[in-house]
Amino acid sequence: MSTQLATFPKGGVHPPENKDLTNGLAIETMPYPTMVSLFLKQHVGAPCQVSVPHRVKPSPDDAALFGGGYAGGLFRLLVERKDRVREGDRIGEIGTRLGAVLHASVSGTVLGVDNVLHYQLGKAPAIVIRTDPEAVAPTYTPVDWRSFSRGQLRERIAAAGIVGLGGAGFPTDVKLNVKPGVKLDTLILNGAECEPYITCDHRVMVENAPEIVEGAKILLKVLGISYCAIGVESNKPDAIAALNDAIAATNHDDGFKIEVRPLMVKYPQGSADQIMQSITGRVRPSGQRSSSIGIIVQNVYTTKTIYDAVALGKPLTERVITVTGRSIARPANIRVPIGTHISEIVEYLGGVKDDLCKVVVGGPMMGYAVSDLDIPITKTTPGILFLSHDEVDARAHGPCIRCGFCLDACPMGLEPNVIGIYVEAGRGAETESFGLLDDCFECGSCAYACPAKRPLVQFIRLARLEIDQAKKLKEAREQKRKAG
Amino acid sequence: MATKLSPILQPPCEGVVGHHLLVSVSPHLKTGTTVERIMWTVVACLVPPLILSVVVFGFQTLIITAVSVASCVATEAIAQKLLGRPVTVKDGSAVITGVLLAYVIPPGVPLWMPILGAVMAIFVTKTIMGGLGFNIFNPALIGRAFLVATYPVAMTTAWLTPIRDGSIFTYMGSGVDAVSSATPLYVLKHYGMAAMLEQFGSRTSVYTDFFLGLRPGCIGETSALLLLAGGLYLIYKGYIHWHIPVSVIGSTAVLTWIFGGETLFAGDPLLAVLSGGLMLGAFFMATDYVTSPTQRSGQVVFGIGVGALTVLIRLKGGYPEGVCYAILLMNPLTPALDQWFKPKRFSRGANQ
Repeated sequence: MSTQLATFPKGGVHPPENKDLTNGLAIETMPYPTMVSLFLKQHVGAPCQVSVPHRVKPSPDDAALFGGGYAGGLFRLLVERKDRVREGDRIGEIGTRLGAVLHASVSGTVLGVDNVLHYQLGKAPAIVIRTDPEAVAPTYTPVDWRSFSRGQLRERIAAAGIVGLGGAGFPTDVKLNVKPGVKLDTLILNGAECEPYITCDHRVMVENAPEIVEGAKILLKVLGISYCAIGVESNKPDAIAALNDAIAATNHDDGFKIEVRPLMVKYPQGSADQIMQSITGRVRPSGQRSSSIGIIVQNVYTTKTIYDAVALGKPLTERVITVTGRSIARPANIRVPIGTHISEIVEYLGGVKDDLCKVVVGGPMMGYAVSDLDIPITKTTPGILFLSHDEVDARAHGPCIRCGFCLDACPMGLEPNVIGIYVEAGRGAETESFGLLDDCFECGSCAYACPAKRPLVQFIRLARLEIDQAKKLKEAREQKRKAG
Repeated sequence: MATKLSPILQPPCEGVVGHHLLVSVSPHLKTGTTVERIMWTVVACLVPPLILSVVVFGFQTLIITAVSVASCVATEAIAQKLLGRPVTVKDGSAVITGVLLAYVIPPGVPLWMPILGAVMAIFVTKTIMGGLGFNIFNPALIGRAFLVATYPVAMTTAWLTPIRDGSIFTYMGSGVDAVSSATPLYVLKHYGMAAMLEQFGSRTSVYTDFFLGLRPGCIGETSALLLLAGGLYLIYKGYIHWHIPVSVIGSTAVLTWIFGGETLFAGDPLLAVLSGGLMLGAFFMATDYVTSPTQRSGQVVFGIGVGALTVLIRLKGGYPEGVCYAILLMNPLTPALDQWFKPKRFSRGANQ
């Protein structure tokens, strides 16, 4: 173990961790829900096209359901209602290169495709499947992944529909498809899990450390490099110990060097830019991919699913989420089929307490508050928080007092205070030179640190919107002038 | 676009019917530090010098402070009501202005003077500029500057004599009000070091009395020790950074050492630091969030500017004390300093 904890130099905050609610609870598997809703788009890229094996029949309702936005042949609805699917069947395919395939997460009957409440997008099209209570879960037999070529490994990862499970949802096989000529030297497995409350990656590291280490070797083989650092915040000593044990137990003759790098507990340690800087000292130039500085970052849990996909042939149909907060009857780390509605998870965990104030899908720093529990989880949902009135600071925000706390908190060196004042003055479109388009990843450190409780992240989102609108307006005007 | 949920999507269970859920933007955690807490902490850090001033000068100082605070709070409340804005006196910022205003005027002045100063400080300097966060100048110092300009005699003579040893400054004698006594900087400026030493006995006792606060002066100017303690607590809490106080005090000391004596490098930096309102200005006024730069590098430049102007005014200007005007002159440079000293952007970092 290294003596000094690695960290990034600029910015960061220390919100209360509140991980003790769930970090000692073993992952449990929830019984199959009565139904699941699988969003067609659970990843960065194009939404899935829908197909059910062997049954192809377009529905006349497509246009009404998906609107004009999906015209142009990208979407051909191929589901026939009342089709039976088995868990793991491929039910959605991508129309473009950037995207991920989708699998049935339960065995049962397809009820159709419908607009379902989404925690972020309002409503979005999803395949709804009613679970067959009699169905038996499929079994997977391990194969020796070392016999596969690099191309075959990537094919298996793509076929499993794996996306980054940390939250961004970037399709993993696309990330692994590094352009020839790009020189890589380091794979970083991101086990920082810097979001307060959330412990799903922590539990996966404790319980599935050998799979993560094997997954790391698969990734190293695909990328053709030999060094992997697993970054874990030092508040998870049991995860660090489990990973070290797993590394010690593994075969060292293959030339791969894998090591655990304990990181200082500081939010947002788990952001890609920050963890790359913490571990390697390298800084990603604005607007470029991490591969430009020789690094690929993968979440530890994603790495575990990569192992499952490659060695077991198991697609991404379920995930571990942390259900926590002071207002859920029984906090837990549970494994649920993707598409399970939050309401069923709540019912399984014994309901909510009376002092429930806010429900957040995702972590407390970057998650989305929802007004309804009839919302399905996605591949990128790390947890659900049930926050009590004591945990929520609902005070109104005041004027900026220029204390500069947000400047100290911002890990990217931006000026949230100034952007906020511009937006409040209705001049958000003028803030492009402040670098928020490229650099702000909405970690929320600034708004956390603000003593005036100003919604700085929201101001930045508004500024982005206004910049975008101003650009479109300008383009439209120029086109008009050219035409005229 | 189909907007209604179709019948196939009936909720599988009742969920949390009956709970009214709060929906707001991320992040959902906020620091416990609030504007109110910062402001009231600053007020608390300013209380010890007030207590000492009561011991040294009597209850007149407490009365002056109470009048000043009450009139600042009342001015803000009335002004905000009249302008149809939300009344925000609870945030404590008007209380700070009231305390600071009382600390920078002579404690022997008539009671209507702090009231007038409060109207200038709060209404003219702060409220009509847009309220908290939008004033260009430090409100309390504008209040003081206005009073000095309009009532110069009272503002430069109404000093109270320390109860402990009132005789030491009475040699000023004829022509000066019986209750008033000269501030040490006044004596130093007009009579020289020899006169000072004559009264205090030795250099060491000058330093000791200045450090502890047993000398004539404004309430907030007297005890360097208690102001230092309060300022260090604010730095410890992370509410202010050391950059402004250190650069103000450091530059004042160095420049006084160089230029403050009969020849070059013969000045008395320790006396310069302990005298006048330097401690109060460095820790509590120059560090005002609204009117000072936000970046550390800008803060150092700001602080050096304050220190240099202070020394210039003290040595060459018409007034014995210069901290007030030095800060007021640097305040409007804050937006420029914030423009020049920007945070270092991440992507322009280490390996570029």
